[in-house]
Amino acid sequence: MKTNDVILKTVTKVVVFIILTMAVYLFFSGHYSPGGGFIGGLVLASAIVLMYLAAGIEIVHKGMPFDFKIIAAIGVLLATGTGFASVLFGQDFLTQAAIAVHFPLIGEKELASVVLFEAGVTLTVVGVVVTIILNISEGGE
Amino acid sequence: MTIHVAIILPFLMAFIISIINKKFTKIHIGWLALTVPIIVFIILARLIPIIASGNPYTHTYQWIPSLDINFTTYLDGLSMIFGLLISGIGSLVVLYSIFYLSSKESLQHFYCYLLLFMGAMLGVVFSDNLMVLYAFWELTSVSSFLLISFWHHRKASRAGAQKSMLITVTGGVSMLVGFIMLHMMTDSYSVHEIIHQIEHISEHELFIPAMILILLGAFTKSAQFPFHIWLPDAMEAPTPVSAYLHSATMVKAGIYLVARLSPIFGGEMLWFWIVTTVGLITLFWGSFNAVKQTDLKALLAFSTVSQLGLIMSLVGMGSVAYALDFEADTVIYTQATFAALFHLINHSTFKGALFMMVGIVDHEVGTRDIRRLGGLMSIMPLTFTVAVIGSLSMAGMPPFNGFLSKELFFAAVLHIKDLNLFSISSVGILFPVIAWIASVFTFIYCMIIIFKAFLGRPLIQKVERPVHEAPFPLLVAPFILCIMVISLFFFPNTLGKYILKPAMVSIYPNLAPAQKLTPEIHAWHGINTEILMTIAVILIGTILYRLLGKWMGIYRFYPPNWSLNALYVNVISGSESLSNKVTNSYMTGLLRHYAFYIYSFFIFSVGVFFFYSGAFSFSTENNASIEWYEWILIGVMLLAAISILFVKSRITAVILNGVLGFGVTFFFVLFRAPDLALTQLVVESVTTVLFLLCFYYLPEWSTEKLSISTKISNSIISITVGALVVVISLAVLNFDKFERISKYFEDAYNLAGGANIVNTILGDFRGFDTMLEVVVLFIAGLGVYTLIKFKAKKGGTDFED
Repeated sequence: MKTNDVILKTVTKVVVFIILTMAVYLFFSGHYSPGGGFIGGLVLASAIVLMYLAAGIEIVHKGMPFDFKIIAAIGVLLATGTGFASVLFGQDFLTQAAIAVHFPLIGEKELASVVLFEAGVTLTVVGVVVTIILNISEGGE
Repeated sequence: MTIHVAIILPFLMAFIISIINKKFTKIHIGWLALTVPIIVFIILARLIPIIASGNPYTHTYQWIPSLDINFTTYLDGLSMIFGLLISGIGSLVVLYSIFYLSSKESLQHFYCYLLLFMGAMLGVVFSDNLMVLYAFWELTSVSSFLLISFWHHRKASRAGAQKSMLITVTGGVSMLVGFIMLHMMTDSYSVHEIIHQIEHISEHELFIPAMILILLGAFTKSAQFPFHIWLPDAMEAPTPVSAYLHSATMVKAGIYLVARLSPIFGGEMLWFWIVTTVGLITLFWGSFNAVKQTDLKALLAFSTVSQLGLIMSLVGMGSVAYALDFEADTVIYTQATFAALFHLINHSTFKGALFMMVGIVDHEVGTRDIRRLGGLMSIMPLTFTVAVIGSLSMAGMPPFNGFLSKELFFAAVLHIKDLNLFSISSVGILFPVIAWIASVFTFIYCMIIIFKAFLGRPLIQKVERPVHEAPFPLLVAPFILCIMVISLFFFPNTLGKYILKPAMVSIYPNLAPAQKLTPEIHAWHGINTEILMTIAVILIGTILYRLLGKWMGIYRFYPPNWSLNALYVNVISGSESLSNKVTNSYMTGLLRHYAFYIYSFFIFSVGVFFFYSGAFSFSTENNASIEWYEWILIGVMLLAAISILFVKSRITAVILNGVLGFGVTFFFVLFRAPDLALTQLVVESVTTVLFLLCFYYLPEWSTEKLSISTKISNSIISITVGALVVVISLAVLNFDKFERISKYFEDAYNLAGGANIVNTILGDFRGFDTMLEVVVLFIAGLGVYTLIKFKAKKGGTDFED
C-alpha cells in the first residue's frame, strides 16, 4: 500500500528552512551565546535527515549531489588547517586571531579565524552524521 | 691494544668468511679460518716473557664511560693460560676439522660459528670489566648453541642445543645479577679494583647472595653437579666442536671465573665449602656415570664432567689460603690451586686428543658404540696410540702428564684433611676417600676406552666399507696433543715457571713474594701416601674392571625416572603445562569474565588505596539545597535506570535509556549549561534513532541463562563499583587543596573575544582537543562506512577471524 505522506512533505518544505536558519544562527552566534560549530552541525544534519525522510534518498541526492564523506574530510582539513595557518604566521599551533573589518552595509564587524575552525567542526559533524545514517539505513537491506 | 686485536680478529674473520664463502670454492675454507688462532697464539706467546716477569698487560678502550662499562683488557698469568689454550687447541681443532668435515657441509656456517665462539671465549678470559665479561659469556652460550645444533635437521641436536642454552643462560643471567650486586657494593665493574676493596665488602649484606649467584653461573657453564646434564646431550655436535668447546675451552669458563674471583670471595668459608663440595660430588658422579656409558662420546662427556669437578674442587681447596694468615706453612694450601691450573692444561691436552680419536673412529668405522667396536688396534695402530696415551694420562698413569696432576690432587686432599679450620676435621677424611673412589672409577672407564674399543674381539658386525687407518692429516692434531701430554710429563717445571707461576701470582696477589707459591714438580718423590694411593687405584681398578659384568647391576638400582634428566624434562614440561593451565583458567574468552577482572581490579586498587590514604572525607556544609523539581527529575531517572535491568524487550530498554539521556539534558538545563543541554538533546536523539535502527535487525532478545552465583557476583560487583564511584565523587567535591582555574576563563571576552566561555574554551583556549575530537568523529564515520560497505559478501571469506 502506498502511503500518502503529502502532509509530511508539505510540512517538511516549510520546516526545513526554519531548521536550516536555526542551524546557521546557532553556528554564528556560538561565540557570544549558546551554540557553536558542533550543535550547529548537528541541527544542520537533522534538517538533511528530515529531507531524506520526507523525499527519499534519490530525490535529495539529485538536489544536493554531495558526497558527505568528502564534506567530512573537508571539515577535518579545515579544522586542522587553521592550526597550521597560525604556524605560517610564526605563531603557536592553533593560535586564533581576529580583525575588525568595516563592511559597507552592516557596519563594523569582527572577523575571527575561530569561525573557520568552527566551520570545520560543523562540516565534519554534518558529513559524519549523514554518512552514518545513510549507510546504516542502506546497508541493512 | 694488541689484546683487543686478538679478541676482534676472530669476529672479523667470521665476518669475512660469511661474505666471501661463495668466491672461495677452490680450497677448503677452513684454511682461512686456521690463520686466526695461529696468529692469536703467536701474539700471546710473544707476551709470555713480559707476563712471566710479573707485569700484567692492560689496556682500556672506552665504550660506555658514563655507565662505567669499558672494554678493558687485562692480560695476566691466569688469562694467559686460557688464552694460550683457546688459541692453541683452537688451531689444532680447526686443522682437524678441515679434514673431518666434508665439503658438502655448510662450512661457512661452521667456521663462522667457531670463530665467533673463539672470539667470545678470548673476550671472556681477557676482559677486566664484569659487564663486558658477561656480554662475551653470553656470546659463548649463543655460539655454542649454534654449534651444537650444527646438524639442525636432527632432532637430538636441536634438543641438546636447547637444553644447553636453557641451562647455561639461566646460570648466566643469575651471574649477571651477582655482578650487579658486586657493582652495588664496590661501585666498580673492574675485577681488579674490586679485589683492592675486598676488606670493605666482605661484611656487606649482598656479599653472600652475590657469591652464590655468581657461583651458579660458573657451575652451569662448567657442567658441575647438578647442572652437568646438558654436557652429554651436547655431544650431538660435530666432534671438533665437542673437542674444542666441551672439553678444552667453554666448560672451563666457569673454572676461570671461580679462579678469577677467588681473591674476592675466597676468604669466605661458604665459598670454600660450596666450591669444594660441588666439585667433589661432580668428580664422583661424573666418573661413576661414565663407566656405564656405551657411547664413546657420552663416556668422554661424563669424564669431562668428572675432571671439571676435580679442577673445581681443587680451586675450592686452594681458597683456604685466603682465610688463613699468610704464613710460610699455609702456603702449602695454595698448591691445590697450582694443581688445578696444572690439571686444567693437562686435561685440555689429553681430552682434546681423546675426542679427536673418537671422531676418527666414528669417521672410519661409522659407529662409536663400544658394544659394536673392538679389535681396532691392528687396523688403526696410530689412532690406538692416541687412545692409549690419552686414556692413561686421564687415568693418571706415568709417564703422562695426568700422573703429575693426579699426584698433586691427592697431595692437596691429604693436606686439606689435616686442616683445622672451618670445622673441617670432622669430615676431612671424606675428601681423600671420595677423591680416591672417583679415581678408581676414572681408571675403570679409561680401561673401557682402551680395551673395549681397540682390543679384544674384532668387530661384531660387518661394516659397509673396509675399515682402515685414518688419513695422516686427520692424525696431525691429536698427535701434537699427545706429544704435549708426554713432554709435559718430562718438563713440567718449564711450564710451571713461565705459565703457572704468573697465574698463581694473579690468583694470590697478596702472596706474590712467597717462594713456595710454585712448587717444583717431581715425577718421583719417594714412597709417600700419594703414590700408595695411586698404586691402590691401579690394583682395585684392575680388579673391578675384570669383574665389570658382576657389578654393573648397581646402575639399575635407581629407576631411570629418578635421574636428573628426568627431573629436567619434568620441570620443563611441567612448567609448560602449568602455564598453559594458568592461562586457560583465566583467559576464558568470555567478555563477562574479563569485565569482572577489570572491575575487581578497579575496586581493589582504587578503593583500597583511597581507603588507606584517607581520601574519603565528606562534609555537607558547602552543599547547595535541593529543589523539588530536582527531586522529581532524580526520581524519574532512578525509575528508568532500575527498570532497564528488568525489562523484557530491547526496544523498551532503548527508550528507557533515552529517558535517562533526556533526564541528563534537563539536569544540564537546571545547572545552567545551555551548550551542553543543546548538544546532549540532539546527540541523545541521534543515538536513540541509531539504536532503534540497529536493533531492528537484531534477533529477539533472549534473556541470558545465568547461574545464581554469577548473578550474585555480578550484582555485588556492580553495586560495589557504583558505590565506589559515588563515594569518590563525594570525596572529590570536598577536595579543595588547589585553587580553581576557572577564574582565568571568566576573562574570555578580553582574551579571546568571545562572550560564550564554553565556546571560547572549545575553539580557542583548548582548540587542540576540539580538533582531535573532530578527527575522532571523522574516523568513526569512516569506520561505519567501511564496516558496512566492505563487509564480506555472503558466503565469502569472513574477515573477522
